[in-house]
Amino acid sequence: MIEVRWHGRGGQGVVTSSQLLSQAAIHEGKYAIHIPEFGPERRGAPVRSYTRIDDNEIEIRYGVLHPDIVVVIDPTLATYKDMILDGIKKDATIILNSPGGDVPEEYYNFNLYLVDAYRIALDTLGRAIYNTSMLGALVGATGIVSLESVLKVMEARFSGQVLHKNIEAVRRGAKEVKKVG
Amino acid sequence: MSVTVRQVRTGLNGDEAVAYAVLHADVDVISAYPITPQTIIVERLSEFVYNGELDAEFIPVESEHSALSAALGASLAGARVFTATASQGLALMYEILYIVSSLRAPVVMALGNRAFSAPINIHCSHDDAYAARDAGWIQFFAETVQEAYDLTLIAFRVSEDERVLFPSIVNLDGFILTHSIEPLHVFSSKDDVSKFLPERDPVNAIDPDNPITYGPLALQNYYMEIKRQQAEALFNSKKIIDEVFDEYSEFSGRRYVPVKKLFVDDAETVFVLLGSTAGTMRHMVRKWRREGKKVGVVSLTLYRPFPEKEFVESVKDVENLVVMDRSFSYGSPGGQLYMDVSAALIRAGVSPRVLNVIYGLGGRDFTPDLAEKALEVATSTDVPLIWLGVRGD
Repeated sequence: MIEVRWHGRGGQGVVTSSQLLSQAAIHEGKYAIHIPEFGPERRGAPVRSYTRIDDNEIEIRYGVLHPDIVVVIDPTLATYKDMILDGIKKDATIILNSPGGDVPEEYYNFNLYLVDAYRIALDTLGRAIYNTSMLGALVGATGIVSLESVLKVMEARFSGQVLHKNIEAVRRGAKEVKKVG
Repeated sequence: MSVTVRQVRTGLNGDEAVAYAVLHADVDVISAYPITPQTIIVERLSEFVYNGELDAEFIPVESEHSALSAALGASLAGARVFTATASQGLALMYEILYIVSSLRAPVVMALGNRAFSAPINIHCSHDDAYAARDAGWIQFFAETVQEAYDLTLIAFRVSEDERVLFPSIVNLDGFILTHSIEPLHVFSSKDDVSKFLPERDPVNAIDPDNPITYGPLALQNYYMEIKRQQAEALFNSKKIIDEVFDEYSEFSGRRYVPVKKLFVDDAETVFVLLGSTAGTMRHMVRKWRREGKKVGVVSLTLYRPFPEKEFVESVKDVENLVVMDRSFSYGSPGGQLYMDVSAALIRAGVSPRVLNVIYGLGGRDFTPDLAEKALEVATSTDVPLIWLGVRGD
């Protein structure tokens, strides 16, 4: 089982990313569960979401305590070490939206990936909404689902320009994410 | 009936799954209050009605009290009726809950289980389900999003059966099921589902051309006989629920039973619970079995009428029983399920050591550490009641 923890801020589409990932995995015939933040939902406040993916049926229903992958959608949360490293597995992967590329040293003990999702979001969507570029980065870094599956489930959810722009954001996220540690 | 009906594998959250079941049940009337603490079940349904997928009257009323009142009227007129609510909304329906069941009006309600205020909290507790436990409704508890879909279809079929004619509540844990996406199989169309759930054939529907009376006055002379009949009729509905579970199991290929059991046959300690925590508990029980600990788990898919016989049969030989309540009955010896279980055990003349565990109130996560703690208390102490994982303990 692969367990993913998403960090972001309320209003940034943290839940949407986790939902799309779970649906992409389900589309591939896998078992997956998306669990939204179990805390308060406020615009701008740190929020989290969880995704579990497995080849077998998933019975457990509690939040992810020991993630294999941590994705940090919001760049201003990238230095919240206690939050990001909380409970993560020894060989975990951390994927950061890091426009500056300047991150705490401890992160280099893990598989560390960086992407400038801020730039991608501005280029593709014209505004600082990073969730789909970070979903792309997750796919590019780990391959836990295929890019095609993500695009497929996006087609069911978005349409028109919103779909096209977000597809571009996902593609660029997948392409531009870089392993640094 | 055999499994020849096509199903589609998809990913939905619990709210959407219930909405799909209601669409596939081809309901005639949806009556609901659309604002907090309502879930998005009715939001999806209003879309289905608006875009023409579902030919139904959608009545967006001004309160939950009105929602259930309108549902009652529509049901008595012979319609297939659905409503949904949660926590405070169920509380505001309270007066009408008893009237719907006493008038033997089939209505199906989805209840996204959420905590009662105060303090304000929108997350999972079973307060609302237990608040309705004495009101004469059939109550099902879903463990998964799949079960929320299936039990909604089952509930229509049970409630509308002329040997039953009681309303049903399908409980699904707030957020844990209502907002979580899981894979599930849904039927392809209303037509396919109609093979299991044909159009409603109402009994004594109200009709302006042939007036009949529902809900007349009955005082000291007859009230008690009528209530006795109601109590017996709800108990007797158990047999029909068993039948419908069997029929749906064959129709869908997914097995439904009132009492789900894992590893109870040789168990020394058995956990008893309702709702989505059953999956986590089965996971823990498998782990404990690998460690050589004789633990089992029982979860109730049917809560009202209480499946007393199957329940007692499944736990009669255990040493320790752990009854998990996601609510508390203030001023009582324990939680609500604990009191049901205790009464059933006394009647059966069996007396295991019983621990009542109060857990997960207001959405507090039920983690493996807490499960370990519950097992430890149950097997090493004679404490009758614990509030699991509470600060200061």
